[in-house]
Amino acid sequence: MSKALQELVISSFQAHVLGSHAQHGDETIVLKPSAWKAAHAFLRNDPRARCEMLTDLTVVDFPDREVRFEVVSHVHSLSLGHRLRLKSSVGDSDGEDANIDSLTSLWASANWQEREAYDMFGVRFVGHPDLRRILLYPEFVGHPLRKDYPAQKIQPLIPFRDVLGTEKLAPFGVFEGMSFGRQTEHSDGVEE
Amino acid sequence: MGELTHRTESAVLETGEGAGFATTRLKDLVSWAQKYSLFMYPFVTACCGMEFMSVSGPRFDFSRFGSEAPRFSPRQSDLLWVVGTISQRQAPILHRIYEQMMAPKYVLAFGTCASCGGFYDNYATVAGVDKVIPCDVYVPGCPPRPEGVLDGLMLLQDKIQRGDRTPGVVKPRRDPATNQELGVVPLRRHKGADV
Repeated sequence: MSKALQELVISSFQAHVLGSHAQHGDETIVLKPSAWKAAHAFLRNDPRARCEMLTDLTVVDFPDREVRFEVVSHVHSLSLGHRLRLKSSVGDSDGEDANIDSLTSLWASANWQEREAYDMFGVRFVGHPDLRRILLYPEFVGHPLRKDYPAQKIQPLIPFRDVLGTEKLAPFGVFEGMSFGRQTEHSDGVEE
Repeated sequence: MGELTHRTESAVLETGEGAGFATTRLKDLVSWAQKYSLFMYPFVTACCGMEFMSVSGPRFDFSRFGSEAPRFSPRQSDLLWVVGTISQRQAPILHRIYEQMMAPKYVLAFGTCASCGGFYDNYATVAGVDKVIPCDVYVPGCPPRPEGVLDGLMLLQDKIQRGDRTPGVVKPRRDPATNQELGVVPLRRHKGADV
């Protein structure tokens, strides 16, 4: 359905396109990060594309890849009825150096989506007017949706009170009535 | 702990045409008044709020238990209903609300998320409100059934009457259909089936 649009972008950005495919009818283009903003500006402004809407912008973490974070955007044309997915990979294997151009100047809706992507993955969007955490608090250390963030690590915003004496309460005890329940510091073993 | 009791210290000594009298202790009288005049502050953050609306609506109606008046200012309330998941960012707000309430203050954790974090075992969620504020009654369930909430409210009233501040958990009721003690007749599922 969006085959023509995909080919249009490929022909316009030949030097910057790393690959293209379609999955379940969603046409996808993999770009070099240097062409990220230019390709989106083309999709927004060209009369054959006219993608007025940035549906989604997010990041996927592939910890085993050399270039670790994959920034994904979905653009949609309300007037022409086609959509396209764009991908670009940034960041080294340690998660450093993950910089990509911000799309805020093209779509205002990119503002919060990029802030969320920064909050959760630590990808920096160059040119963003206000790149702060949006869901978590400023004191939070790290980026929780990175695959190397410990799944059960919590960083309380206010200190927890001493809850000794409530472990005895079934069904909210150490194992919460289940052997696979939450492990607390009072439980033995398992926790290193 | 966690059990409803019906022990009372009061006794009616003489009944009359309108001039009878009763004796009690002042502490019991005050507790009796407190337990039937709970002013609640609903701290509703998640889907359990639907169940809270259901139980406060006319069908289940916890107004029957003297917990009628919701007060949307913590300064006028003494029962804090924590209804739903508390995130780390919400925890300081909850703590401040608790501190602003009138003493003596009671906290009821409504549902599994408020009680222990539920299945949210991650960076964002507080694993139970008792990590932040002391909690009197836990009502498990995701969400709890209205009967469970009513049990929790009655358990809290019982604890207020007894002056008991240890935390209590609402126990599951036994299914009436399988409770042999009640002698309930099995439900007739199909027309013409043997009972």
